[in-house]
Amino acid sequence: MDHLFEFLLRQGDNALVLGHRTSEWCGVAPALEEDIALANTALDLIGQTQLWLGYAAEVEGKGRSANDLAYLRDVYDFRNALMLEVPNNDFGRTLMRQFLFDAFQVPWLTALSASSDERVAGIAAKSLKEATYHLERSSETVIALGDGTDESNRRMQDALDYLWPYAGELFGQDATDQAMQDAGVAPVPASMRSVWDTQIEQTLSAACLSRPDTSFAHSGGCNGSRHTEHLGHMLAVMQTLQRSYPGAVW
Amino acid sequence: MTAVSDISEAQIWTYLESVPDPEIPVISIVDLGVVRSVEITGKSVEVTITPTYSGCPAMAVIAMDIETGLAKHGITDVHLKTQIAPPWTTDWLSEKGLARLADYGIAAPQKAGGPACCPRCQSKAVERVSQFGSTPCKAQWRCTDCLEPFDYFKCI
Ligand SMILES: [Zn+2]
Repeated sequence: MDHLFEFLLRQGDNALVLGHRTSEWCGVAPALEEDIALANTALDLIGQTQLWLGYAAEVEGKGRSANDLAYLRDVYDFRNALMLEVPNNDFGRTLMRQFLFDAFQVPWLTALSASSDERVAGIAAKSLKEATYHLERSSETVIALGDGTDESNRRMQDALDYLWPYAGELFGQDATDQAMQDAGVAPVPASMRSVWDTQIEQTLSAACLSRPDTSFAHSGGCNGSRHTEHLGHMLAVMQTLQRSYPGAVW
Repeated sequence: MTAVSDISEAQIWTYLESVPDPEIPVISIVDLGVVRSVEITGKSVEVTITPTYSGCPAMAVIAMDIETGLAKHGITDVHLKTQIAPPWTTDWLSEKGLARLADYGIAAPQKAGGPACCPRCQSKAVERVSQFGSTPCKAQWRCTDCLEPFDYFKCI
């Protein structure tokens, strides 16, 4: 197994799967401004996907493109964290997930900006500006809704309780993570935990939400061993055009 | 038809100055800071561009507009190169570009994270409507004096 290819798939698939989920709000968000914000967030994530998967395809060297990787792989070839593939549910859960992810991405991409791999560093530095902007919005929204009405507080707490067991997967430490650290490409994701904890603590406390007291973490998305049943349904929608009309171009 | 060998890089920059940004046509792609370099090698011209946002859909149009813009001057052997590092920043907007944005009703980016004043009445009483706007590079603000909503160019 090529660890760099595997590592790049993880970055690209995280951006792609969350980007697609976020785009599902296009046209149906609770307010016009939120609709535009969600669509723009999705656009940033899809843009980042093109960079990560484009590089992954080059590293793989089998003549595949970023589009081939996005549209012609099956569930078990995907390397995204499980938290990003579960359905959006309500607006609160969508923004809570965005926040949990952004709070990871900002320190993560900051670290990757110093990668020994110039391409990784370049993509990370570009994505970091967008992630920083996303975090500003997602953390503010989590606070506004958590510290809002009784109902919005309850729904944000429900969202947090639901997503929490999925968040732990972001802090992996497997053979690929280790190989990337040894090569100076990236620190192991597990080393991001304390910075993430601090950000989460601050925001949740301002949002009047309580951090669930379980350390159980689902896994299987980042290594492709066990995705949720939701990813297949998502891919069926996302990939339908390329599956029905192979090679179709815009 | 002009031979590329008779044209200087400075001349190419001048031609690119007249290629408008497809989404904010009052400024050129040079004013926007997305043209990073121009290099003439033999008979061909290489133009290096950088995306504003990684998913900005205008980039494909910008690439096409550069090709057609240069073709108007007889330059057809054009190679476009995309470069993402260092990442685009609003610091690369030109002075001329900033002034034109303001005239057009788009508040210029500020390090403080919000517009200095309403581009219509110059009032400092402004509030944010949304962190995002009609294009990836803008946010929605509103003036609480003249009550007009306006675009603010996000500072990144
Ligand atoms: Zn005004």
